[in-house]
Amino acid sequence: MNVLIEWAPIGLFFIIAVILPAAPIVVAALLNPKMPNDVKLSTYESGVETVGDTWVQFKVQYYIYGIVFLVFDVEMIFLLPWAVAFNELDFFAFGAGFLFIFLLTDALIYAWRKDALEWS
Amino acid sequence: MGNFWIVLIISAIVATLPLLLAIPLIWIERKVAARIQDRIGPNRVGPMGLIQPIADALKIITKEDITPAGADKFIYNIAPIISVGSIVLMWAAIPLGPRLPNARMIGVDLEIGILYVIAVASFGTLGTLMAGWSSNNKYALLGAFRVVAQLVSYEVPLVLALMIPVMLAGSLDIQDIIVSQRAMWFFVMAPLAAFIFFISAQAETGRGPFDLLEAESEIIAGYNIEYSGMKFGLFFVGEFVHVLTNAILLTHLFFGGWWGPFIFLQEYTLFGFIPGALINIVLGLFYMTIKTAVLYFFMLLLRNSLPRVRIDQLMDFNWKFLVPVSIVNLVVTSFLLKVAQAGGFGIGPDQVNLYVNANLANVLPVTLLLLVGNLVIVGGLIGIYGRQIRSERVAAEAAAVGD
Repeated sequence: MNVLIEWAPIGLFFIIAVILPAAPIVVAALLNPKMPNDVKLSTYESGVETVGDTWVQFKVQYYIYGIVFLVFDVEMIFLLPWAVAFNELDFFAFGAGFLFIFLLTDALIYAWRKDALEWS
Repeated sequence: MGNFWIVLIISAIVATLPLLLAIPLIWIERKVAARIQDRIGPNRVGPMGLIQPIADALKIITKEDITPAGADKFIYNIAPIISVGSIVLMWAAIPLGPRLPNARMIGVDLEIGILYVIAVASFGTLGTLMAGWSSNNKYALLGAFRVVAQLVSYEVPLVLALMIPVMLAGSLDIQDIIVSQRAMWFFVMAPLAAFIFFISAQAETGRGPFDLLEAESEIIAGYNIEYSGMKFGLFFVGEFVHVLTNAILLTHLFFGGWWGPFIFLQEYTLFGFIPGALINIVLGLFYMTIKTAVLYFFMLLLRNSLPRVRIDQLMDFNWKFLVPVSIVNLVVTSFLLKVAQAGGFGIGPDQVNLYVNANLANVLPVTLLLLVGNLVIVGGLIGIYGRQIRSERVAAEAAAVGD
Protein backbone atom coordinates (compact mmCIF):
# COMPACT_ATOMS: atom_id res chain seq x y z
CA MET A 1 0.00 0.00 0.00
CA ASN A 2 2.86 2.34 0.85
CA VAL A 3 4.44 1.68 -2.53
CA LEU A 4 1.14 2.60 -4.16
CA ILE A 5 0.99 5.95 -2.37
CA GLU A 6 4.60 6.66 -3.23
CA TRP A 7 4.02 5.99 -6.92
CA ALA A 8 0.54 7.53 -7.25
CA PRO A 9 1.88 11.03 -8.13
CA ILE A 10 3.77 9.45 -11.03
CA GLY A 11 0.40 8.61 -12.54
CA LEU A 12 -0.51 12.26 -12.19
CA PHE A 13 2.74 13.16 -13.92
CA PHE A 14 1.85 10.87 -16.82
CA ILE A 15 -1.36 12.86 -17.35
CA ILE A 16 0.45 16.19 -17.04
CA ALA A 17 3.21 14.98 -19.36
CA VAL A 18 0.59 14.41 -22.09
CA ILE A 19 -1.42 17.60 -21.49
CA LEU A 20 1.54 20.00 -21.23
CA PRO A 21 3.09 19.34 -24.67
CA ALA A 22 -0.33 18.89 -26.26
CA ALA A 23 -1.49 22.36 -25.13
CA PRO A 24 0.82 24.42 -27.42
CA ILE A 25 -0.10 22.17 -30.37
CA VAL A 26 -3.79 22.80 -29.76
CA VAL A 27 -3.22 26.55 -29.33
CA ALA A 28 -1.15 26.64 -32.51
CA ALA A 29 -3.87 24.71 -34.34
CA LEU A 30 -6.35 27.43 -33.39
CA LEU A 31 -4.07 30.32 -34.39
CA ASN A 32 -2.22 29.19 -37.49
CA PRO A 33 -3.32 29.54 -41.11
CA LYS A 34 -4.48 26.42 -42.95
CA MET A 35 -3.83 26.59 -46.67
CA PRO A 36 -2.86 23.08 -47.79
CA ASN A 37 -2.25 22.21 -51.41
CA ASP A 38 -0.95 19.12 -53.17
CA VAL A 39 2.62 20.36 -53.56
CA LYS A 40 2.84 21.48 -49.94
CA LEU A 41 1.61 18.14 -48.65
CA SER A 42 3.92 16.07 -50.83
CA THR A 43 6.94 14.34 -49.30
CA TYR A 44 9.97 16.62 -49.03
CA GLU A 45 13.09 14.89 -50.28
CA SER A 46 15.22 17.87 -51.36
CA GLY A 47 12.86 18.71 -54.20
CA VAL A 48 13.32 15.39 -55.96
CA GLU A 49 10.23 13.34 -56.83
CA THR A 50 9.79 10.45 -54.38
CA VAL A 51 10.56 7.10 -55.94
CA GLY A 52 8.76 4.00 -54.76
CA ASP A 53 7.55 3.09 -51.30
CA THR A 54 9.10 4.86 -48.30
CA TRP A 55 8.96 1.96 -45.88
CA VAL A 56 11.68 0.02 -47.62
CA GLN A 57 13.93 -2.81 -46.53
CA PHE A 58 16.96 -1.67 -44.62
CA LYS A 59 20.29 -2.84 -43.31
CA VAL A 60 20.01 -5.93 -41.11
CA GLN A 61 22.82 -4.53 -38.94
CA TYR A 62 20.35 -2.23 -37.18
CA TYR A 63 18.51 -5.32 -35.91
CA ILE A 64 21.71 -6.98 -34.72
CA TYR A 65 22.66 -3.92 -32.68
CA GLY A 66 19.16 -4.01 -31.24
CA ILE A 67 19.55 -7.64 -30.18
CA VAL A 68 23.00 -7.07 -28.64
CA PHE A 69 21.56 -4.10 -26.75
CA LEU A 70 18.70 -6.26 -25.46
CA VAL A 71 21.16 -8.78 -24.00
CA PHE A 72 23.05 -6.04 -22.17
CA ASP A 73 19.96 -4.16 -21.04
CA VAL A 74 18.39 -7.18 -19.36
CA GLU A 75 21.67 -8.21 -17.73
CA MET A 76 22.26 -4.71 -16.38
CA ILE A 77 18.88 -4.75 -14.68
CA PHE A 78 20.04 -7.91 -12.87
CA LEU A 79 23.30 -6.20 -11.90
CA LEU A 80 21.64 -3.17 -10.30
CA PRO A 81 20.48 -4.96 -7.09
CA TRP A 82 24.00 -6.34 -6.76
CA ALA A 83 25.38 -2.78 -7.01
CA VAL A 84 22.90 -1.43 -4.47
CA ALA A 85 23.72 -4.09 -1.87
CA PHE A 86 27.42 -4.07 -2.76
CA ASN A 87 28.84 -2.66 0.48
CA GLU A 88 27.16 -5.34 2.59
CA LEU A 89 27.91 -8.30 0.32
CA ASP A 90 29.91 -11.25 1.59
CA PHE A 91 32.61 -12.92 -0.46
CA PHE A 92 30.29 -15.44 -2.15
CA ALA A 93 27.75 -12.87 -3.37
CA PHE A 94 30.60 -10.66 -4.55
CA GLY A 95 32.05 -13.56 -6.54
CA ALA A 96 28.64 -14.40 -8.00
CA GLY A 97 28.38 -10.82 -9.28
CA PHE A 98 31.82 -11.15 -10.85
CA LEU A 99 30.78 -14.37 -12.56
CA PHE A 100 27.76 -12.56 -13.95
CA ILE A 101 29.90 -9.70 -15.29
CA PHE A 102 32.22 -12.32 -16.79
CA LEU A 103 29.27 -13.84 -18.67
CA LEU A 104 28.32 -10.35 -19.84
CA THR A 105 31.85 -9.80 -21.14
CA ASP A 106 31.76 -13.22 -22.74
CA ALA A 107 28.63 -12.24 -24.65
CA LEU A 108 30.34 -9.07 -25.87
CA ILE A 109 33.45 -10.99 -26.98
CA TYR A 110 31.26 -13.57 -28.75
CA ALA A 111 29.32 -10.85 -30.60
CA TRP A 112 32.60 -9.16 -31.48
CA ARG A 113 34.21 -12.37 -32.81
CA LYS A 114 31.04 -13.18 -34.82
CA ASP A 115 31.35 -9.75 -36.51
CA ALA A 116 28.00 -8.66 -35.06
CA LEU A 117 29.60 -5.32 -34.18
CA GLU A 118 30.95 -4.61 -37.67
CA TRP A 119 29.06 -1.92 -39.52
CA SER A 120 29.96 -2.83 -43.11
CA MET B 1 -8.76 15.07 -0.44
CA GLY B 2 -6.82 18.25 0.37
CA ASN B 3 -3.66 16.19 0.04
CA PHE B 4 -4.54 15.41 -3.58
CA TRP B 5 -4.69 19.09 -4.53
CA ILE B 6 -1.31 19.79 -2.92
CA VAL B 7 0.23 16.91 -4.87
CA LEU B 8 -1.46 18.17 -8.04
CA ILE B 9 -0.10 21.71 -7.59
CA ILE B 10 3.42 20.46 -6.83
CA SER B 11 3.32 18.16 -9.87
CA ALA B 12 2.09 20.96 -12.13
CA ILE B 13 4.88 23.30 -10.95
CA VAL B 14 7.61 20.67 -11.32
CA ALA B 15 6.33 19.66 -14.76
CA THR B 16 6.10 23.24 -16.05
CA LEU B 17 9.58 24.16 -14.86
CA PRO B 18 11.57 22.33 -17.58
CA LEU B 19 9.42 23.80 -20.35
CA LEU B 20 9.89 27.31 -18.96
CA LEU B 21 13.63 26.74 -18.62
CA ALA B 22 13.75 25.97 -22.35
CA ILE B 23 13.30 29.70 -23.09
CA PRO B 24 16.58 30.89 -21.49
CA LEU B 25 18.31 27.71 -22.67
CA ILE B 26 17.63 28.55 -26.32
CA TRP B 27 19.14 31.99 -25.78
CA ILE B 28 22.24 30.55 -24.03
CA GLU B 29 22.65 27.94 -26.77
CA ARG B 30 22.54 30.53 -29.54
CA LYS B 31 24.85 32.97 -27.75
CA VAL B 32 27.48 30.33 -26.94
CA ALA B 33 27.35 28.85 -30.45
CA ALA B 34 27.69 32.37 -31.89
CA ARG B 35 30.71 33.19 -29.72
CA ILE B 36 32.45 29.93 -30.69
CA GLN B 37 31.81 30.69 -34.37
CA ASP B 38 33.02 34.30 -33.94
CA ARG B 39 29.56 35.81 -34.39
CA ILE B 40 27.49 38.03 -32.07
CA GLY B 41 24.33 35.95 -31.94
CA PRO B 42 20.85 37.30 -31.21
CA ASN B 43 21.13 40.97 -30.19
CA ARG B 44 18.09 42.81 -31.61
CA VAL B 45 15.04 41.86 -29.53
CA GLY B 46 15.45 43.09 -25.98
CA PRO B 47 18.75 43.71 -24.15
CA MET B 48 21.40 41.38 -25.59
CA GLY B 49 18.65 39.59 -27.50
CA LEU B 50 17.19 38.16 -24.31
CA ILE B 51 13.59 38.40 -25.57
CA GLN B 52 14.50 36.62 -28.82
CA PRO B 53 13.33 33.11 -27.72
CA ILE B 54 9.92 34.52 -26.75
CA ALA B 55 9.61 36.22 -30.14
CA ASP B 56 10.57 32.91 -31.77
CA ALA B 57 7.96 31.06 -29.73
CA LEU B 58 5.27 33.55 -30.78
CA LYS B 59 6.32 33.21 -34.40
CA ILE B 60 6.37 29.41 -34.35
CA ILE B 61 2.92 29.20 -32.77
CA THR B 62 1.36 31.13 -35.66
CA LYS B 63 3.11 29.10 -38.37
CA GLU B 64 1.18 26.72 -40.57
CA ASP B 65 1.36 23.13 -39.44
CA ILE B 66 1.81 20.78 -42.39
CA THR B 67 1.02 17.09 -42.16
CA PRO B 68 2.33 15.35 -45.28
CA ALA B 69 -0.27 13.48 -47.29
CA GLY B 70 1.31 10.06 -46.89
CA ALA B 71 2.01 10.32 -43.16
CA ASP B 72 0.59 8.03 -40.53
CA LYS B 73 -1.43 10.84 -38.93
CA PHE B 74 -1.97 9.48 -35.42
CA ILE B 75 1.66 8.48 -34.80
CA TYR B 76 2.87 11.62 -36.58
CA ASN B 77 0.92 13.85 -34.22
CA ILE B 78 1.66 11.96 -31.01
CA ALA B 79 5.46 11.73 -31.54
CA PRO B 80 6.41 15.26 -30.36
CA ILE B 81 4.15 14.84 -27.32
CA ILE B 82 5.99 11.68 -26.30
CA SER B 83 9.33 13.34 -26.96
CA VAL B 84 8.61 16.23 -24.57
CA GLY B 85 6.52 14.11 -22.20
CA SER B 86 9.48 11.86 -21.44
CA ILE B 87 11.47 14.90 -20.28
CA VAL B 88 8.60 16.05 -18.06
CA LEU B 89 8.44 12.56 -16.55
CA MET B 90 12.18 12.62 -15.90
CA TRP B 91 11.83 15.85 -13.96
CA ALA B 92 9.29 14.21 -11.66
CA ALA B 93 12.01 12.38 -9.74
CA ILE B 94 14.97 14.77 -10.03
CA PRO B 95 15.66 16.53 -6.71
CA LEU B 96 16.21 20.29 -6.79
CA GLY B 97 17.15 20.66 -3.13
CA PRO B 98 17.66 18.87 0.17
CA ARG B 99 15.16 16.49 1.73
CA LEU B 100 13.90 18.43 4.74
CA PRO B 101 11.70 17.38 7.65
CA ASN B 102 8.66 19.35 6.49
CA ALA B 103 9.51 20.32 2.92
CA ARG B 104 10.77 18.62 -0.22
CA MET B 105 12.35 19.97 -3.35
CA ILE B 106 11.37 17.10 -5.61
CA GLY B 107 8.24 16.19 -7.53
CA VAL B 108 7.93 12.59 -6.38
CA ASP B 109 10.35 11.24 -3.79
CA LEU B 110 11.06 7.74 -5.13
CA GLU B 111 13.30 5.15 -3.51
CA ILE B 112 14.56 4.01 -6.92
CA GLY B 113 14.68 7.49 -8.44
CA ILE B 114 17.66 7.04 -10.73
CA LEU B 115 16.28 3.81 -12.25
CA TYR B 116 12.97 5.57 -12.89
CA VAL B 117 14.71 8.52 -14.56
CA ILE B 118 16.71 6.27 -16.89
CA ALA B 119 13.60 4.23 -17.69
CA VAL B 120 11.38 7.16 -18.69
CA ALA B 121 14.26 8.74 -20.60
CA SER B 122 13.93 5.87 -23.09
CA PHE B 123 10.47 7.10 -24.01
CA GLY B 124 12.29 9.91 -25.83
CA THR B 125 13.88 7.34 -28.15
CA LEU B 126 10.41 6.00 -28.86
CA GLY B 127 9.11 9.49 -29.75
CA THR B 128 11.99 10.09 -32.16
CA LEU B 129 11.52 6.68 -33.76
CA MET B 130 7.79 7.26 -34.19
CA ALA B 131 8.42 10.66 -35.77
CA GLY B 132 10.86 9.22 -38.30
CA TRP B 133 8.71 6.20 -39.11
CA SER B 134 5.40 8.00 -39.55
CA SER B 135 6.67 10.88 -41.72
CA ASN B 136 6.62 8.80 -44.93
CA ASN B 137 9.96 10.24 -45.94
CA LYS B 138 13.15 8.33 -46.66
CA TYR B 139 15.41 10.82 -44.92
CA ALA B 140 13.22 10.70 -41.85
CA LEU B 141 13.22 6.91 -41.91
CA LEU B 142 17.02 6.83 -42.17
CA GLY B 143 17.15 9.18 -39.19
CA ALA B 144 14.84 6.86 -37.26
CA PHE B 145 17.07 3.85 -38.01
CA ARG B 146 20.05 5.74 -36.73
CA VAL B 147 18.10 6.66 -33.59
CA VAL B 148 17.57 2.99 -32.84
CA ALA B 149 21.21 2.14 -33.44
CA GLN B 150 22.69 5.12 -31.58
CA LEU B 151 20.44 5.96 -28.63
CA VAL B 152 19.90 2.32 -27.77
CA SER B 153 23.61 1.47 -27.96
CA TYR B 154 24.79 4.38 -25.84
CA GLU B 155 22.38 3.42 -23.09
CA VAL B 156 24.64 0.46 -22.24
CA PRO B 157 27.73 2.44 -21.14
CA LEU B 158 25.42 5.04 -19.57
CA VAL B 159 23.87 2.50 -17.19
CA LEU B 160 27.18 0.73 -16.59
CA ALA B 161 28.79 4.05 -15.59
CA LEU B 162 25.76 4.85 -13.45
CA MET B 163 26.36 1.65 -11.51
CA ILE B 164 29.52 3.07 -9.88
CA PRO B 165 27.82 5.88 -7.87
CA VAL B 166 24.99 3.46 -7.06
CA MET B 167 27.58 1.04 -5.72
CA LEU B 168 29.41 3.71 -3.69
CA ALA B 169 26.22 5.12 -2.19
CA GLY B 170 24.51 1.75 -1.87
CA SER B 171 21.23 3.25 -3.03
CA LEU B 172 19.19 4.03 -6.13
CA ASP B 173 17.70 7.07 -4.41
CA ILE B 174 19.14 10.25 -5.96
CA GLN B 175 18.87 12.10 -2.64
CA ASP B 176 20.89 9.35 -0.93
CA ILE B 177 23.52 9.47 -3.66
CA ILE B 178 23.85 13.24 -3.16
CA VAL B 179 24.02 13.07 0.64
CA SER B 180 26.68 10.34 0.51
CA GLN B 181 28.95 12.75 -1.39
CA ARG B 182 29.25 15.04 1.64
CA ALA B 183 32.88 14.21 2.26
CA MET B 184 34.05 13.58 -1.30
CA TRP B 185 32.53 14.00 -4.75
CA PHE B 186 32.15 10.74 -6.63
CA PHE B 187 33.89 12.50 -9.51
CA VAL B 188 37.12 12.28 -7.51
CA MET B 189 36.50 8.64 -6.61
CA ALA B 190 35.46 7.52 -10.10
CA PRO B 191 36.47 10.08 -12.75
CA LEU B 192 36.40 7.48 -15.52
CA ALA B 193 32.75 6.60 -14.83
CA ALA B 194 31.93 10.33 -14.85
CA PHE B 195 33.57 10.78 -18.25
CA ILE B 196 31.81 7.73 -19.69
CA PHE B 197 28.51 9.02 -18.36
CA PHE B 198 29.22 12.46 -19.84
CA ILE B 199 30.02 11.08 -23.31
CA SER B 200 27.05 8.68 -23.36
CA ALA B 201 24.73 11.41 -22.11
CA GLN B 202 25.91 13.62 -24.96
CA ALA B 203 25.16 10.81 -27.43
CA GLU B 204 21.79 10.12 -25.79
CA THR B 205 20.65 13.67 -26.52
CA GLY B 206 21.74 13.24 -30.13
CA ARG B 207 24.06 16.23 -30.33
CA GLY B 208 27.68 17.13 -30.15
CA PRO B 209 29.84 15.00 -32.38
CA PHE B 210 27.08 12.35 -32.22
CA ASP B 211 24.29 14.22 -34.06
CA LEU B 212 23.95 11.58 -36.76
CA LEU B 213 20.22 11.24 -36.36
CA GLU B 214 19.80 14.77 -37.70
CA ALA B 215 22.95 15.12 -39.80
CA GLU B 216 22.15 18.10 -42.02
CA SER B 217 24.70 17.28 -44.67
CA GLU B 218 23.63 13.65 -45.09
CA ILE B 219 19.93 13.21 -44.32
CA ILE B 220 18.88 16.91 -44.40
CA ALA B 221 17.25 17.06 -40.95
CA GLY B 222 16.68 13.44 -40.11
CA TYR B 223 13.64 12.33 -38.20
CA ASN B 224 12.01 15.80 -37.98
CA ILE B 225 12.32 16.75 -41.67
CA GLU B 226 8.55 16.79 -42.32
CA TYR B 227 7.63 18.61 -39.12
CA SER B 228 6.74 22.28 -39.09
CA GLY B 229 5.29 24.85 -36.73
CA MET B 230 4.74 24.04 -33.10
CA LYS B 231 5.42 20.29 -33.43
CA PHE B 232 8.87 21.03 -34.82
CA GLY B 233 9.41 23.46 -31.96
CA LEU B 234 8.47 20.83 -29.39
CA PHE B 235 11.20 18.48 -30.63
CA PHE B 236 13.71 21.25 -30.05
CA VAL B 237 12.35 22.13 -26.63
CA GLY B 238 12.68 18.44 -25.80
CA GLU B 239 16.28 18.34 -26.98
CA PHE B 240 17.37 21.48 -25.11
CA VAL B 241 15.76 20.39 -21.86
CA HIS B 242 17.14 16.87 -22.23
CA VAL B 243 20.67 18.28 -22.33
CA LEU B 244 19.96 20.33 -19.20
CA THR B 245 18.47 17.27 -17.49
CA ASN B 246 21.58 15.26 -18.28
CA ALA B 247 23.76 18.05 -16.88
CA ILE B 248 21.68 17.98 -13.68
CA LEU B 249 21.91 14.17 -13.46
CA LEU B 250 25.68 14.37 -13.90
CA THR B 251 25.79 17.00 -11.14
CA HIS B 252 23.75 14.80 -8.81
CA LEU B 253 25.62 11.58 -9.48
CA PHE B 254 29.21 12.79 -9.56
CA PHE B 255 29.46 16.39 -8.37
CA GLY B 256 27.50 16.38 -5.14
CA GLY B 257 24.24 17.81 -6.49
CA TRP B 258 22.86 20.52 -4.22
CA TRP B 259 25.41 19.72 -1.53
CA GLY B 260 27.89 22.43 -0.56
CA PRO B 261 29.24 24.42 2.37
CA PHE B 262 26.77 25.78 4.97
CA ILE B 263 24.06 23.21 4.28
CA PHE B 264 23.06 21.40 7.48
CA LEU B 265 20.47 18.66 7.46
CA GLN B 266 19.31 19.12 11.06
CA GLU B 267 16.75 21.79 11.89
CA TYR B 268 18.06 25.15 13.07
CA THR B 269 17.30 28.87 12.86
CA LEU B 270 19.78 31.60 11.96
CA PHE B 271 19.72 34.74 14.17
CA GLY B 272 16.62 33.32 15.80
CA PHE B 273 14.23 34.12 12.93
CA ILE B 274 15.57 32.79 9.59
CA PRO B 275 14.57 29.11 9.31
CA GLY B 276 17.42 26.80 8.33
CA ALA B 277 15.19 25.05 5.81
CA LEU B 278 14.93 28.27 3.78
CA ILE B 279 18.72 28.71 3.79
CA ASN B 280 19.15 25.08 2.73
CA ILE B 281 16.73 25.49 -0.17
CA VAL B 282 18.28 28.74 -1.43
CA LEU B 283 21.87 27.57 -1.03
CA GLY B 284 21.08 24.15 -2.51
CA LEU B 285 19.54 25.70 -5.62
CA PHE B 286 22.50 28.07 -5.87
CA TYR B 287 25.14 25.30 -5.73
CA MET B 288 23.17 23.07 -8.06
CA THR B 289 22.71 25.86 -10.61
CA ILE B 290 26.42 26.71 -10.65
CA LYS B 291 27.56 23.10 -11.08
CA THR B 292 24.90 22.40 -13.71
CA ALA B 293 25.75 25.58 -15.61
CA VAL B 294 29.44 24.63 -15.81
CA LEU B 295 28.61 21.13 -17.06
CA TYR B 296 26.03 22.48 -19.49
CA PHE B 297 28.63 24.85 -20.87
CA PHE B 298 31.02 21.94 -21.42
CA MET B 299 28.28 20.08 -23.27
CA LEU B 300 27.74 23.10 -25.54
CA LEU B 301 31.48 23.41 -26.07
CA LEU B 302 31.72 19.75 -27.07
CA ARG B 303 28.78 20.13 -29.43
CA ASN B 304 30.11 23.19 -31.18
CA SER B 305 33.78 22.35 -31.47
CA LEU B 306 33.98 18.74 -32.63
CA PRO B 307 33.27 17.45 -36.15
CA ARG B 308 30.57 14.85 -36.68
CA VAL B 309 31.66 11.20 -36.64
CA ARG B 310 30.68 8.61 -39.24
CA ILE B 311 28.07 6.05 -38.24
CA ASP B 312 30.49 3.10 -38.31
CA GLN B 313 32.91 5.11 -36.15
CA LEU B 314 30.03 5.95 -33.82
CA MET B 315 29.03 2.32 -33.34
CA ASP B 316 32.64 1.13 -33.05
CA PHE B 317 33.36 3.81 -30.45
CA ASN B 318 30.44 2.59 -28.37
CA TRP B 319 30.71 -1.20 -28.64
CA LYS B 320 34.46 -1.60 -29.00
CA PHE B 321 35.60 1.19 -26.67
CA LEU B 322 33.02 2.58 -24.23
CA VAL B 323 31.31 -0.72 -23.32
CA PRO B 324 34.52 -2.71 -22.69
CA VAL B 325 36.05 0.20 -20.78
CA SER B 326 32.97 0.61 -18.59
CA ILE B 327 32.92 -3.14 -17.85
CA VAL B 328 36.62 -3.05 -16.90
CA ASN B 329 35.93 0.06 -14.83
CA LEU B 330 33.09 -1.71 -13.02
CA VAL B 331 35.21 -4.79 -12.29
CA VAL B 332 38.26 -2.82 -11.11
CA THR B 333 36.21 -0.42 -8.97
CA SER B 334 34.20 -3.19 -7.29
CA PHE B 335 37.35 -5.23 -6.69
CA LEU B 336 39.19 -2.27 -5.14
CA LEU B 337 36.18 -1.48 -2.95
CA LYS B 338 36.28 -5.02 -1.56
CA VAL B 339 40.04 -4.75 -1.06
CA ALA B 340 39.49 -1.54 0.88
CA GLN B 341 36.82 -3.25 2.98
CA ALA B 342 39.19 -6.11 3.74
CA GLY B 343 41.80 -3.54 4.73
CA GLY B 344 39.36 -1.89 7.13
CA PHE B 345 39.14 1.52 5.43
CA GLY B 346 36.45 0.69 2.87
CA ILE B 347 32.93 2.01 2.47
CA GLY B 348 30.35 0.05 4.41
CA PRO B 349 27.94 0.13 7.32
CA ASP B 350 30.61 -0.89 9.87
CA GLN B 351 33.50 1.01 8.27
CA VAL B 352 33.35 4.44 6.59
CA ASN B 353 29.61 5.06 6.46
CA LEU B 354 29.12 7.83 3.91
CA TYR B 355 25.87 8.88 5.58
CA VAL B 356 27.04 9.01 9.21
CA ASN B 357 30.73 9.32 9.95
CA ALA B 358 32.25 10.40 6.65
CA ASN B 359 34.83 13.16 6.71
CA LEU B 360 37.73 14.04 4.48
CA ALA B 361 40.29 12.15 6.59
CA ASN B 362 38.63 8.74 6.63
CA VAL B 363 37.34 8.89 3.03
CA LEU B 364 40.76 9.84 1.68
CA PRO B 365 42.37 6.33 1.70
CA VAL B 366 39.57 4.66 -0.29
CA THR B 367 39.43 7.66 -2.64
CA LEU B 368 43.13 7.43 -3.36
CA LEU B 369 42.84 3.68 -3.95
CA LEU B 370 39.99 4.13 -6.45
CA LEU B 371 41.78 7.03 -8.11
CA VAL B 372 44.90 4.90 -8.59
CA GLY B 373 42.68 2.16 -10.06
CA ASN B 374 41.20 4.64 -12.53
CA LEU B 375 44.65 5.91 -13.49
CA VAL B 376 45.83 2.34 -14.11
CA ILE B 377 42.87 1.75 -16.47
CA VAL B 378 43.58 5.00 -18.32
CA GLY B 379 47.28 4.12 -18.51
CA GLY B 380 46.45 0.70 -19.93
CA LEU B 381 44.15 2.26 -22.52
CA ILE B 382 46.83 4.75 -23.57
CA GLY B 383 49.27 1.84 -23.87
CA ILE B 384 46.96 -0.28 -26.03
CA TYR B 385 45.67 2.50 -28.27
CA GLY B 386 49.01 4.30 -28.45
CA ARG B 387 50.63 1.18 -29.89
CA GLN B 388 47.77 0.72 -32.34
CA ILE B 389 47.94 4.33 -33.52
CA ARG B 390 51.73 4.15 -33.85
CA SER B 391 51.58 1.00 -35.98
CA GLU B 392 48.89 2.59 -38.16
CA ARG B 393 51.04 5.68 -38.61
CA VAL B 394 54.07 3.56 -39.53
CA ALA B 395 51.96 1.68 -42.08
CA ALA B 396 50.66 4.96 -43.52
CA GLU B 397 54.18 6.37 -43.81
CA ALA B 398 55.40 3.20 -45.50
CA ALA B 399 52.51 3.45 -47.98
CA ALA B 400 53.36 7.12 -48.64
CA VAL B 401 57.01 6.24 -49.35
CA GLY B 402 55.85 3.49 -51.71
CA ASP B 403 54.02 6.07 -53.80
